[in-house]
Amino acid sequence: MSGILNSSIGRKFAMALSALFLMIFLLQHFIINFSSIVSADAFNNMSHFMGTNWLIQYLMQPVLIFGVMFHFIMGFVLEIKNKSARQIKYAKNNGAANSSWMSRNMIYSGLFILIFLIIHFIDFWIPEINTKYIQGDMSGLLPSGEYRYYEELVHKFQPMWRVALYCLGFVFLALHLMHGFMSAFQSVGANNKYTKALKGFGKAYAIVIPLGFIIIALVHHFNH
Amino acid sequence: MNLTLKIWRQKDANDKGKMVDYPITGIEPDMSFLEMLDVLNEALINKGEEPVAFDHDCREGICGMCSLYINGEAHGPDRGVTTCQLHMRMFNDGDTIYIEPFRAAAFPVIKDLVVDRSAFDRIQHAGGFISVNTSGNTIDANAIPVNKHDADTAFDAATCIGCGACVASCKNSSAMLFVGAKVSQFALLPQGKVEATDRVLNMVKQMDEEGFGNCTNTGACEVECPKGISLENIARMNREYLKAAFKG
Repeated sequence: MSGILNSSIGRKFAMALSALFLMIFLLQHFIINFSSIVSADAFNNMSHFMGTNWLIQYLMQPVLIFGVMFHFIMGFVLEIKNKSARQIKYAKNNGAANSSWMSRNMIYSGLFILIFLIIHFIDFWIPEINTKYIQGDMSGLLPSGEYRYYEELVHKFQPMWRVALYCLGFVFLALHLMHGFMSAFQSVGANNKYTKALKGFGKAYAIVIPLGFIIIALVHHFNH
Repeated sequence: MNLTLKIWRQKDANDKGKMVDYPITGIEPDMSFLEMLDVLNEALINKGEEPVAFDHDCREGICGMCSLYINGEAHGPDRGVTTCQLHMRMFNDGDTIYIEPFRAAAFPVIKDLVVDRSAFDRIQHAGGFISVNTSGNTIDANAIPVNKHDADTAFDAATCIGCGACVASCKNSSAMLFVGAKVSQFALLPQGKVEATDRVLNMVKQMDEEGFGNCTNTGACEVECPKGISLENIARMNREYLKAAFKG
């Protein structure tokens, strides 16, 4: 058990665990956001619960931040290590003959997702932390007495540049998940008779979730 | 067939090396790739030039000695073959063919297209075996019942010839398909289970020490493997390793 992160398989396992955790989080995030185009009340209620429940705020939120940071840092560490494992490059390399573009460019799709996440944090997470923990307003209410979450969400998606940037971020997320979903399962050792079905499910997940996020952003932009 | 070959020439391990162009004529489509290189070398020798050094031995696809990165792929553009089984009919008259050594920090170039793959031997020495009494009272392997599926899967893993195409094709120069195959072939059989914990820990440790990269599951190794070794073997090695590591 000691030094498992010092071994190539241990690092791969940790990378996969953080990825699986992030994919579960993403699904949860998607479900709540999707409710915003169905019912503003449902979205407000769920957002208020997530934003004020102590278990989510003080346990799950730090775990999530750790998970995100770990996944990014480990991704870069592995990339540097892997680059140094081949110092002289091939004069001609036909990567497309044996692997997908997504699988060969995880670092670039990941890098774009990181940039997107920084913007996303500035847009939503930092104002949220400011309102709740710096200003001390845990009510989640507007001066009018209504919940603020839906209003804030819609307001954010008014500028076209932000909608475009978010859509681009989701495209890179889809590309990342196209390889990442199945890769995470392979890394934890799952490769059996269910692999084919899991591959199909992974492809569907990689398209449906980011596409859903794109639809949410577009609906709020064009509806208001 | 008339071809232009772009070949990596490197005098020795310390030389910087470079790609050199060689026009070649009169190549038959029925020739193997190595025979084509023999023709080139004969011409070079006749001209008083240094022939191109490349690895080969059995020339029937079972020894794992031939290598070469041809037009951007390990063992060239054909599937399920080693370079000695690659035929010139896979190319067209007038083609330019890039011929490079397998590239990995763990596979240093010795000369031209010859690389040192002894890192694989050291990984094997670390655990790719079973300890059997061979002093005269060896137990008949067939006396232990093995289920057919496991025997077949173990055999599939055992067909790995250790050529290193997996490492050469992997964008990370990872050796996990090779080590996965070697771990799997024993892990599936009762004779191998006895030393399974130490085997996987030691082989993976040696693999990491040799400087191979980390697997990112691109699957390039599986596609380029001349023996069709499946990614399932890497998943099995991951399971074996995690089981062993958590056991302590």
